[in-house]
Amino acid sequence: MNTLILVLVILALATLSYVVGTRRSTGLVDNKPKDLHSLPGYYGLYVAMWCGVPALALLALWTAFEPTIVKHMVLASLPAQALLDPAGGPLSDQRISLMMTDIANTASGNISSGASQSYISEAAVYQRSLTDTGYWLMAAVAVALGLGLASLAYRRISPKLRARNDVESGVKYFMIACSTVAILTTIGIILSLLFESYRFFTQVPVTDFLFGLSWSPQTAMRADQVGSSGAFGAIPLFVGTGLIATIALVVAVPIGLLSAIYMSEYAAPKFRAFAKPALEILAGIPTVVYGFFAALTVAPAIRGFGETIGLDVSSESALAAGLVMGIMIIPFVSSLSDDVITAVPQAMREGSYGLGATKSETIRKVVFPAALPGIVGGILLAASRAIGETMIVVMAAGLAANLTANPFAAVTTVTVQIVTLLVGDQEFDSPKTLAAFALGLVLFFITLLLNVIALRVVRKYREQYD
Amino acid sequence: MTDQHQPFEGTAGQPRIADRSVKVSATNANVYYGEKHAIKDVGLDIVAQEVTAFIGPSGCGKSTFLRCLNRMNDTIDICRVTGDIRLDEEDIYDRKIDVVELRARVGMVFQKPNPFPKSIYENIAYGPRIHGTATGKAELDEIVQSSLVRAGLWEEVKDRLDSPGTGLSGGQQQRLCIARAIAVSPEVILMDEPCSALDPIATAKIEELIDELRTNFTIVIVTHSMQQAARVSQRTAFFHLGRLIECGDTETIFTNPQHNLTQGYITGRFG
Ligand SMILES: Nc1ncnc2c1ncn2[C@@H]1O[C@H](COP(=O)(O)OP(=O)(O)O)[C@@H](O)[C@H]1O
Ligand SMILES: [Mg+2]
Repeated sequence: MNTLILVLVILALATLSYVVGTRRSTGLVDNKPKDLHSLPGYYGLYVAMWCGVPALALLALWTAFEPTIVKHMVLASLPAQALLDPAGGPLSDQRISLMMTDIANTASGNISSGASQSYISEAAVYQRSLTDTGYWLMAAVAVALGLGLASLAYRRISPKLRARNDVESGVKYFMIACSTVAILTTIGIILSLLFESYRFFTQVPVTDFLFGLSWSPQTAMRADQVGSSGAFGAIPLFVGTGLIATIALVVAVPIGLLSAIYMSEYAAPKFRAFAKPALEILAGIPTVVYGFFAALTVAPAIRGFGETIGLDVSSESALAAGLVMGIMIIPFVSSLSDDVITAVPQAMREGSYGLGATKSETIRKVVFPAALPGIVGGILLAASRAIGETMIVVMAAGLAANLTANPFAAVTTVTVQIVTLLVGDQEFDSPKTLAAFALGLVLFFITLLLNVIALRVVRKYREQYD
Repeated sequence: MTDQHQPFEGTAGQPRIADRSVKVSATNANVYYGEKHAIKDVGLDIVAQEVTAFIGPSGCGKSTFLRCLNRMNDTIDICRVTGDIRLDEEDIYDRKIDVVELRARVGMVFQKPNPFPKSIYENIAYGPRIHGTATGKAELDEIVQSSLVRAGLWEEVKDRLDSPGTGLSGGQQQRLCIARAIAVSPEVILMDEPCSALDPIATAKIEELIDELRTNFTIVIVTHSMQQAARVSQRTAFFHLGRLIECGDTETIFTNPQHNLTQGYITGRFG
């Protein structure tokens, strides 16, 4: 059966409650809404809230916990011999979870490998019945809960009832619930990063990872396989990331900043109205488009140019990726700088003009310093964007983990390595896979740090003029 | 209606003042903000080494006219000025005029104190540095100190010249702005309601300061307070709806106004 139908039923009931509640409130005062504490609609919402919210909350809880509970009950119902392996020892966790998948597949009518075993099909039947009764029971309870609470709320309606305040706090709790979900998700992600990284660091020492100079994550899958045991020194990756981000900033900061100054101080309003959104479109181009632009147009061009002046440029180079990434982050610099420059009070400029300063003196000596913290904030945000960017570097910078500061060489970055570590079939607990989490963790801390600094700097700047 | 036409004829021409030297003079000045005609045919003389006060109900164009005198209106795109405005007989709207140099000669203090977000020292040194007035650090120090002394701020800030100008109190900030203006040795100082954001004590200090500065500078002050105009100025100009209604010695304006609009305004019948 479908939970969606149940949701619709509850919503319909809530709508009905709204109508009934509104009617009742106006009925109580002979259609003179002035005598009510709140507008009639609030009484409707009040009843609808009591009808819908607890029932939906129950439904959500049930959806979240039902599978686990059913699984445990099914597991408990299995005969003891099903939980023993051929050698007579207890089954490993992996085998048990495989078996549970078989049962679930059989229960939902799919062909499965284990259907031959009789206890599997019995368990499947049991699981089905559990799920079905559970569902109907839950549906009945949810509807009864909704109706019951709605009728209680309905009875409480009186001209003195502060329905508006109650609805208001209901809305508040809803907001709190939403933000809690967001926060919990973030915490969950961080915890999983921490946990998996910890597992990685039990296999590879932290110092090897943070300070090692060689990165080649190929570990042998079988004992007799030719191949290294893997080297997990992340320095080349961070150097590569830093190199590309630096090239990107060298491109983006002057162009972004100067265009921001031009747009906010010199350009006619008409030009600005056209140019600012046009620049911001750059930020809207999908990064994969930048990626093949970098790989197919810029990288060969750079190589060709290098050849003409006798330089040895590899076909994938840090320079190509950095240049294109720089173009991509121009709007981060220009848009934020433009905002902060425009936010410098006109009184500052007039004060400077009034002392006989020219326009460019005013910009250099008053406007720019006043806007500097905000501009730095914008640059840091752009930097953290550049560090986290993946697509362009995957396509244009290459995979070779060279430890070099030569912009014409192929380098690789943290994000690219995370991608390559996780693409394809992986053993989930090999250090190779877990290394992705460790890289992700470090990357997360770096960008977090940059963002925190950027936001603080921007906030400090805001305080100056408020 | 005839009331409004009388000043138009009276001030559009050149009611010259014979016995005192005129620093700034405007003839037939008109200012437009786009379509809006904000200043209409104003003719006015500003006497050197005196304080001239502009009074009038708000929105009548006092600030607009004041900002014509150092071409600060140039910074507003839609603003257009016509007519003849002269500083020492020289047309300041002439093509040959260097606006930047003009503004160094005609300084300005604004309604809301607007120190730069720099140190007190740097605020004062800003103008001299731009104009290359000082040849060395010692001379610059000297200019900073004397400007602060003349603005009556030295004693209060001499120990913290390196702290930010924005950290001073409102009245101190305004005196800092006056010191900043003095530091470039202008000939004329324009002040647009310099005390309107200040408390009475800070106001009294600024008024005292204006009176002292008169010996060296020509001062034009916009004020919404008639008492202030009476206290600090020698001459007063009364504006109404973009026109100059009456201009004369402050004493005459306040004791024996020629025009009934002026009379109405100074006796508080409208404003
Ligand atoms: N930047 C501007 N753009 C358009 N109109 C303006 C601008 N500044 C002032 N005005 C208009 O010009 C008139 C005179 O303004 P203002 O000189 O500020 O008056 P006052 O200083 O006497 O109060 C007002 O009607 C005002 O609305
Ligand atoms: Mg004004």
